[in-house]
Amino acid sequence: MAYKMHMLICSGTGCKSSESDLIAKNLHKELEIRNLTQDIQVVKTGCFGFCEQGPIIKVLPDNTFYIRVKPADVTEIIDEHIIKGRKVNRLLYQDPKTHEVITDSKHMEFYQKQIRIALRNCGFINPDNIDEYISREGYEALARCLTEYTPEEVIDTMKKSGLRGRGGGGFPTGLKWEITRKSVSDQKYVVCNADEGDPGAFMDRSILEGDPHSVIEAMAICGYCIGADHGLVYIRAEYPLAIERLLTAIKQAREYGLLGQNIFNTGFNFDITLRYGAGAFVCGEETALIHSMEGFRGEPTVKPPFPSVSGYLGKPSNVNNVETLANVPPIILKGSDWFSSIGTAKSKGTKVFALAGKINNVGLIEVPMGTTLREVIYEIGGGIKDGKKFKAVQTGGPSGGCLTERHLDVPIDYDNLIAAGSMMGSGGMIVMDEDDCMVAVAKYYLDFTVEESCGKCTPCRIGNKRLYEMLDKITKGESNMNEIQKLRNLSNVIKDSSLCGLGQTSPNPVLSTLDNFWDEYMAHVEEHKCPAGQCKSLMKYIIIPDNCVGCTACARNCPVNAITGERKQVHFINQEICIKCGACYEKCKFDAIEIK
Amino acid sequence: MNQIKSLDDLRKLKMDLQSKIDLREKSIDPESHIRIRVAMATCGIASGAREVMDFMVSALQKRNIDGIVTQTGCMGYCYAEPTIEVTLPGRDPVVFGYVDVKKCDEIIEKYIRRGELVEGIIPQNYQTIQ
Repeated sequence: MAYKMHMLICSGTGCKSSESDLIAKNLHKELEIRNLTQDIQVVKTGCFGFCEQGPIIKVLPDNTFYIRVKPADVTEIIDEHIIKGRKVNRLLYQDPKTHEVITDSKHMEFYQKQIRIALRNCGFINPDNIDEYISREGYEALARCLTEYTPEEVIDTMKKSGLRGRGGGGFPTGLKWEITRKSVSDQKYVVCNADEGDPGAFMDRSILEGDPHSVIEAMAICGYCIGADHGLVYIRAEYPLAIERLLTAIKQAREYGLLGQNIFNTGFNFDITLRYGAGAFVCGEETALIHSMEGFRGEPTVKPPFPSVSGYLGKPSNVNNVETLANVPPIILKGSDWFSSIGTAKSKGTKVFALAGKINNVGLIEVPMGTTLREVIYEIGGGIKDGKKFKAVQTGGPSGGCLTERHLDVPIDYDNLIAAGSMMGSGGMIVMDEDDCMVAVAKYYLDFTVEESCGKCTPCRIGNKRLYEMLDKITKGESNMNEIQKLRNLSNVIKDSSLCGLGQTSPNPVLSTLDNFWDEYMAHVEEHKCPAGQCKSLMKYIIIPDNCVGCTACARNCPVNAITGERKQVHFINQEICIKCGACYEKCKFDAIEIK
Repeated sequence: MNQIKSLDDLRKLKMDLQSKIDLREKSIDPESHIRIRVAMATCGIASGAREVMDFMVSALQKRNIDGIVTQTGCMGYCYAEPTIEVTLPGRDPVVFGYVDVKKCDEIIEKYIRRGELVEGIIPQNYQTIQ
């Protein structure tokens, strides 16, 4: 007899680190004690996307969405919800604006505007069980391609769909497949770029953890189209759960004969092996990735020749991002017309974004292209945390730029974002509020790219370092107008003369913040002030004489003895000695210390 | 594991596995399916609502009727327990009282299959705020 109820538990890395495994274990235990294991199925699924509210349990068929579940809550959920039919109110989601309790995720603002295509199976199936993927039309796209369509027909569908590379480049996928198909060689490769180096991005990780078969199937379809029998997944070693799930999936696919020799009895052979990254951001760049796989140091080489012509081991290789591949099976099954009906004129389909930063609903979302930034931040994202004022949103990670208030109504797509001074990138979206210093943000990104530069070409290796040093001086109030001009000029030079995408885009945060937040730079340079209150060296801790009662709490806690004053007398902070640690500010109970 | 060697093999396997994932598929859009809610509060359970629910779930499966069966709290008709509420797609929900396994069978064959009203309907005399 079939199960009466399914309890889906999110088992992505985020929820796992909040003990979702223990929750699943407790559920099994409690159900066994009550003899309900035949009636209730506990399923560990991939990421639901609502990471801010994890760990999440979804109870079906009544569609109850429980949030922030702790392992100790399991007994109550089973006793109240499963046995007595009463939902556990304190674990239900409450809309922060209307304070209404919403039990079904369909009615939550976070989910209402989302269309989940790449994430269609995440949070729905158990990624460790190929049967669940198959029961959702898994591998049917591959079967149809192999038995009913020619490679040219499949490529045509891919071209008509308008799918563009989701790794950030936005290159038309169908076209790339066609070019690789046309290259003549005895051996070709399908390469999946699962390096995902952008800080704060976890779209690819979630797809691999929650629905690895979609990527495997897509790679096989690609192999059929371009004429390759070998697929390689270059995955960063920092994703152990995704690696584990992928390996299990590959093993199960092989057992069913869906990978290996003579797939679906058509004579088509295809198999996949994994290669592990070692933590270099530059290895997300396709040529550096290929050299890393070959065993060399991850350094990019000049393009042309493009990998489609000469890639891994000098053979034609088709490199695609994880999310791009996850879109392939639905396009084959539902048709290119369906896919191209979603999105804008030049950017079709949906995009997965990792919402992070000062936003209420931190998590993973998938929205149709053309959704505006305002909808993403204020409706799906639930607005700025703690009711603060929105300042900027960084898209595209260290290669992107920041968009401000005036860009909020821009419909998101590849070309619009570039026109607005940023780029789509892989999908990371970091929201910033009034307390973020934009100079410090630019400095943070440069700090990252300086570390990650492979060092091969001078503009990136030395140029970025100088950019970082100049930004550092600005945050310490040691700069001048000359330097700002140099900052801009050097940025443009680096962009124009770097060998690969890392250097060509690393100055973007600088140029973008210079354009949009000129007054903040001016405040740092000319007034030696940080308007957001972030740059410590520019902050002064001052005692307000009217409020100070002379309790000596601040003086006693100052680690460098910078505060002088007698008991019951107004105290005084020596700015020369003060290291701006903030201890006095924390200790003062009379609001007598202000930060200027 | 048997190897899948053709599109037909794959589709057959999918059909076999369908029932396992069916519950989740139907939950995506419940309004388009038959929804049955069994009152499972203390009075319900005491009068045998569990047997009714078990019977309903297995009968629908055996008779190949597509429906979602859930349990719910007290519907208020404690004098008529066990009670079940049946909502056919596009129609208002109907509550049946004094439901036992025999009555359940009748409800399935007459109301669910043919839309024919059965004795024992409890008229709805309240409204729930949405």
